[in-house]
Amino acid sequence: MLATVVAIAITLPLIYLVVRTLGASGEELVKFITRPRTLQVLFNSAALAAIVTTCSALIAVPLAWLTVRTDLPGRKFWLVATTLPLAVPSYVGSFTLIAAFGPRGSLLQMLLEPLGVQELPSIYGLPGTVLAMTLFTYPYLLLSVRSGLQGIDPSLEEAACCLGRSPRATFFQVVLPQLRPSLVAGGLLVALYALRDFGTPSLMQFDAFTRVIFLQYKTSFDRHAAAASALMLVGLIAVILWLEQKARSRAAYYSRGSAGGRCVKLAKLGAWKWLALGFCIALVGLSLVLPIGITIFWLIRGLTTSATFPNLLSAVMNSMGASTLAAVVATLFALPVAILAVRFPSRLTAIVERMTYIGFGLPGIAIALSLVFFGANYLPWLYQTLPMLIFAYLVLFLPQSVGTVRSSLLQVNPQLEESARLLGRNQWQILKEITLPLVRPGILSGIALIFLTAIKELPATLLLAPIGFETLATQIWQATENVSFAEAAAGSLAMLSVCFGSTLFLLLQERHQKVG
Amino acid sequence: MKRRKILSLLGLATVSGSLAIACSNGNNTNTSAAPPTNSGSSAKELVVYSGRNEKLIGPLIQQFEKETGVKVKVRYGDTAELAAALQEEGKNSPADLFFGQDAGALGAVQKAGLAAPLPASLLNQVDERFRSPAGNWVGISGRARTADYNTKLVKPADLPNSVFGFTDPKWKGKIGWAPTNGSFQSFVTALRVSQGEEKAKQWLAGIKANNVKTYGNNVQILDALSKGEIAVGFINHYYLEKSKQENPQIPVAHHYFNDVGSIINVAGIAILNSAKQPETAQKFVEFMLSQEGQEYFATKTFEYPLTKGVPTASKLKSLEEIKSPKVDLSDLNDLQGTLKLLEETGVL
Repeated sequence: MLATVVAIAITLPLIYLVVRTLGASGEELVKFITRPRTLQVLFNSAALAAIVTTCSALIAVPLAWLTVRTDLPGRKFWLVATTLPLAVPSYVGSFTLIAAFGPRGSLLQMLLEPLGVQELPSIYGLPGTVLAMTLFTYPYLLLSVRSGLQGIDPSLEEAACCLGRSPRATFFQVVLPQLRPSLVAGGLLVALYALRDFGTPSLMQFDAFTRVIFLQYKTSFDRHAAAASALMLVGLIAVILWLEQKARSRAAYYSRGSAGGRCVKLAKLGAWKWLALGFCIALVGLSLVLPIGITIFWLIRGLTTSATFPNLLSAVMNSMGASTLAAVVATLFALPVAILAVRFPSRLTAIVERMTYIGFGLPGIAIALSLVFFGANYLPWLYQTLPMLIFAYLVLFLPQSVGTVRSSLLQVNPQLEESARLLGRNQWQILKEITLPLVRPGILSGIALIFLTAIKELPATLLLAPIGFETLATQIWQATENVSFAEAAAGSLAMLSVCFGSTLFLLLQERHQKVG
Repeated sequence: MKRRKILSLLGLATVSGSLAIACSNGNNTNTSAAPPTNSGSSAKELVVYSGRNEKLIGPLIQQFEKETGVKVKVRYGDTAELAAALQEEGKNSPADLFFGQDAGALGAVQKAGLAAPLPASLLNQVDERFRSPAGNWVGISGRARTADYNTKLVKPADLPNSVFGFTDPKWKGKIGWAPTNGSFQSFVTALRVSQGEEKAKQWLAGIKANNVKTYGNNVQILDALSKGEIAVGFINHYYLEKSKQENPQIPVAHHYFNDVGSIINVAGIAILNSAKQPETAQKFVEFMLSQEGQEYFATKTFEYPLTKGVPTASKLKSLEEIKSPKVDLSDLNDLQGTLKLLEETGVL
């Protein structure tokens, strides 16, 4: 049953895109697709996804190791602080980066002005886009790598040590290969996020493919060309998924013995401590302190001149309600997909699992319009109601939870389930008593990830929410349309605090898991 | 074992609890938000898709509700995205009216065959420059493109009467524009439609050769003008009017052209073919065109009222005096060609 809904969820947008693309004349299509500019922009997006993923991995792997396995001063604090940038909407983050490092009139330029610096090198274009996307999406990889690191059986490393490997060799030869599924799962989310994001490329003036699709909807009212572009993006996503498939291996990542309950010895950093600390401070400063600081500054400036603090209570409640529901429902649907793909690997289950990622890689407006089309014409009684909005979130964000559940499940030894079967438990009992408790970390991070992305979602919310259903994202959008900085800042701060709260909640759950 | 059971029960309870809340929520919104079915059709209720901001038109809509007793539900969104959504919904759209930010989007909805013809009594209240020649949408308020200038840096007598005057090298380094802005693109489309591709291309290349400074939007242009970063900026007229509210001393003034440089674009309304309450929808348009509605736009949003006989805000040049050319504003939906031109000339 659940799998059916998932299958429908996945195929609807695709069917829509194909239908719309076929609406255009063949000749026009060929001309559009082979246009040098189209290909150039497609290449831009592919390069962007590759660079952002690499940069995020270079940040996330050392950071995960530092916060889980070393005696880094204030380790628990950094554990929390380095995850929180996930809560910063990328458009808010990019905006604050421009305010801080833009070529003219930015914070940094004003600081340097006495030294005769009139204009800074431009942040716009690829460098700024990569910077902003990396800073606000690396936590995807961090979360996934960290839970992978916690799931590794310590006896493997102990064995390596006993066999005379240096800590460094142990890391590269034992730990890193074990982290492969987590790296791949997290990296996939980062890459797809880089493809789908619209806010950052448009603020940073980078010609990404989503920008082209949005421009087509916005300026030419040409739905056929826009759908054709979106289909090209689907092609690119398919290539990335194929690469990911090749990067996955068939190796087993679970341990034979019982892994739980053993403590890992923390590595001593020695003099490296300061370098590590500097790294953490710089990262958190850029990705967390800067956006919060600048938003608070805008709010105060706005409140002192004219604006009054807007009443955000109903927007906060709506945002939290809809996002929580989306997170719980989507994770519920993600479970069967992940379990089928891991425990009953076949071509079909693999395809269903892979396909869930397509919704995440497409720009929100394409998905939103496909649901507008199906909703208005075939399900009028459901159209523009809360369940419809939740369904849209499901289509958009399902893979985040599929990915995390899948990586958790890979670390569970199937023999545990088999033994339970031998002891006379039925499928349902096994699921409830063995599998679900063991993949709990994956389920929880899936819920949190979906919550955090759903709360920031804009295009589908504008078109599909019940009329008058205001969320924080729509409130911020309205305020920016009005050029009311203070109100936008107030909305952003409310969103940041809601997201911080839920991220903290997630991290606390993680802690419980370790103790329990 | 036992604890786990309790925990899982707890989890189940939370999930079903939140689902129950969701369902009740869903039902509430469902009954109130769904297009009026059998029970709703007796009560008068309108659904408006509005590309105009709630801050701008919300108070006016409340006024309409108060005076007529008609309940209005408004879906606020981006003008172009709403136009795309209307096309997807087709005849099953729950909306009665579309309130678009610019004529291009209204033109797209009209060309998709979604807009119903409006009665002449409504159309005739507005000058024919500002409504659809086919009669499927009507302008409600207007905005002029102007060249705003810094009064400390430029003498009014030096300003050209034609927008082409600014391609003269004497303006080098003094001009600002915002080529990603929708109103700017509408102006370029009007330039193409009225003067032809070649002249439009010449203008873009000429301004670019004058080292024009590029800004993200109109607000930034005005900010740069007041600081004297640039002497002249291509902009919509009402930004300066708004800013004068807070800062009457701002050293910036309007300059109008005698040609397409001062094209007047409109925000307007179409009644959709899918409207369940076409008569009530007409009442809504009538209200927007009434003295009360038009004065609201003149005094609160500093736009041009379009109903004949309603006075413009005192300090603005009147619509009759602005000699913008006759362009079918519906044709401004051909932004595809404009984008192509902007890309070719390297402006975007």
